[in-house]
Amino acid sequence: MSLLGDRQQLAYIAAQAADARVNVELETEGMTLNIGPQHPATHGTLRIIARLDGEQVLWADPSCGYMHRGYEKLTEVRSYPQVTALVNRIDWLGSFANEVPFILAAEKLMGVEAPSRAQHIRTILFELSRIANVTLFLGDLGVQLGAVTPVFFAFRDREYVLNLIEGATGGRFHPNFDRIGGLKDDLPAGFIDETRNVMKKLRGFCDQIEDLLFGNEIFQSRTRGIGVIPKDVALQYGMSGANLRASGVDWDLRRDQKLPLAYDKVDWKVITHPDGDSFARCWVRLQEVRESTRIVDQLLDTIPAGPIMAKVPKIIKVPEGEAWVSTENPLGEMGYYVVSQGDMGPFRVKIRSASFNNISITPWLLKGVYVPDIITILASLYFILGDIDR
Amino acid sequence: MNLATLLASDLPYWAQSLLRVLGGLVAVLLPAGTVVYLFLFKMMSFMQSRLGPMEAGPQGSMQLFAEVGKWLQKEDIYPARADKFIFKLAPLIVLASTFLLVVVVPFGPDALFTDFESGVFYALAVSSVSVLGILIAGWASANKYSLLGGLRAAGQLIAYELPMVLAVVGVVIQAGTMNLQQIVVAQNAGSMFGFSSLGNPYVLTQFVGFIVFMIAVQAELTQTPFDMPIAESELVSGYMTEYSGFRFLIFFIGEFATAGVFSMIASVLFLGGWAVPFSWFGWTSIDSIDNWMNVVGPLILFTKMLAVVFFIMWVRFSYPRFREDQLQKFAWKVLIPVSLANIMVTAILKVAF
Repeated sequence: MSLLGDRQQLAYIAAQAADARVNVELETEGMTLNIGPQHPATHGTLRIIARLDGEQVLWADPSCGYMHRGYEKLTEVRSYPQVTALVNRIDWLGSFANEVPFILAAEKLMGVEAPSRAQHIRTILFELSRIANVTLFLGDLGVQLGAVTPVFFAFRDREYVLNLIEGATGGRFHPNFDRIGGLKDDLPAGFIDETRNVMKKLRGFCDQIEDLLFGNEIFQSRTRGIGVIPKDVALQYGMSGANLRASGVDWDLRRDQKLPLAYDKVDWKVITHPDGDSFARCWVRLQEVRESTRIVDQLLDTIPAGPIMAKVPKIIKVPEGEAWVSTENPLGEMGYYVVSQGDMGPFRVKIRSASFNNISITPWLLKGVYVPDIITILASLYFILGDIDR
Repeated sequence: MNLATLLASDLPYWAQSLLRVLGGLVAVLLPAGTVVYLFLFKMMSFMQSRLGPMEAGPQGSMQLFAEVGKWLQKEDIYPARADKFIFKLAPLIVLASTFLLVVVVPFGPDALFTDFESGVFYALAVSSVSVLGILIAGWASANKYSLLGGLRAAGQLIAYELPMVLAVVGVVIQAGTMNLQQIVVAQNAGSMFGFSSLGNPYVLTQFVGFIVFMIAVQAELTQTPFDMPIAESELVSGYMTEYSGFRFLIFFIGEFATAGVFSMIASVLFLGGWAVPFSWFGWTSIDSIDNWMNVVGPLILFTKMLAVVFFIMWVRFSYPRFREDQLQKFAWKVLIPVSLANIMVTAILKVAF
């Protein structure tokens, strides 16, 4: 805990001691700054209420719910195949990844398992959505820190991935492609060669970003040692995904649990970083894009022939029961707790999305930092508003 | 007949003044427009693998006029709790500082607005007038983001005024004068180690001063990596947040015109200004320079200015931004000691040779 520093502790004490008169020596008044709901840095409608002493944050409180769309309730009046169209929109940058855990939970209740080819394609698309998602993060990171150029590179190269997803599924953003028992369609002709090319381009993009951003001294001085989350705190706040791995916790659901996905058939490694600061979080994500391109490349080599749909009835009724399935989504652990009463649609669905837990650490993390660091820390925590509010 | 001969002839006072005002407008607005189109629109797009504006005119060259037209049409909005008079005054003060700066820049042997003996001193003094405009823009907007931006700007511009002055002191010591015209002459009539075909551009002998000066200019212009007063990802638009329409346009022109004018001053101080080395044409002093330099000189200065702005913009498009405290540390702990050391070394060498 020594990493916290006296600055944070002192700021905390000052905030406790006096609310209006924050700086006792100078007798200055504090200022409450509303960052959001409409603010260029929050890429969505997150509101951070920050109490400032000059440029230093005394306390900050995230206030979410400005974009609540009630997906959990909506699922109760939809049939199972219809739900995927909804959950696409939770984390809109990695939309296919949202469908997978829900479909897996439904399959678990029905006792169906997708054929091997479908599992492979699912995994490929899952990783492609991770790449599409994190690529945009890497570009956006630059904008948050004041560099305007990386985001254009990110959009340029993400376009290739979106084209692939569109080619396979028909939807650029919202594929709605996963079905109980398999997939809607097989891969189109030429998909495999094209994907290999794109993966090569994406590795080039990673090198470019590493040169342009991560090697930059200013970038490093802005991110190193900023927003340090120690291991135990990260676990206590229920963080997941790259944020947790950047704090040195070796935890990745792709490896740690047995799901009908093809991760155990390829050779890849989980990236961790011991520091837990903003730089570590960004660095882990960058490496994970590289790792994802490797996973996709290997899966393309080993993709088996066969059907893409298991035998499922035309009208899907899920037997009574409860199931919890979570996967390692681009933003962290995303899970669905599905309660079925044997109807066409679920009786109740609880969605556990990663961003909500990831940003819940901000009141603890933002104490004592400066205003520009709020933006750095929020950018490095990487949330999608739809994933917070659902 | 060129501007200088016109002014030298017996024109009435009002006509001379009109010519000076027109000349000032051209000297401020032409670089600003060129910089915006060439660098902000086209070079930035090229670096970011996109095309930039393409529709208005060939290669989008009329885009700037379209933008100005758009801004002029916009409603003049000010916040309800703003201090209206001060709010409206602020952009004008910022732009005025640019016009005051261009007054001392020499464009040719006779093509100059005023021949100040203490031109360097004057230029550095009026360049800080813009701080006032920015500070009151931040305060009068009655907006917390603007306030933070304005205060950041004040802290930053004051911190970077000092290294800038100290960097120029080296040039002043070497030239032995504070008159910008004389500095140009000293560079182009001089010689380096007896080798006179290049003159003595101070960028070679004062390269430390040049680098410090350029960094300070970058900070004075609030360009990335020193753009915390605007910091669009943190403070929305800093002190400009509440400005729209015509008033925003003035800030916008001010930003790029100041970039142009500061680059002109940098070219005058370090790159030899409007002149070519005198030995090329066998000139000996400023009086023996041919008259055509009054036409060619401004073009040479303009070319040098574009080269300097290119570097400013290059850095702007590729770097992330510093944090406020890091910026202050950089100014006080790195730039000021370096420029002080530069002054010492320059002074010692000046006495030695």
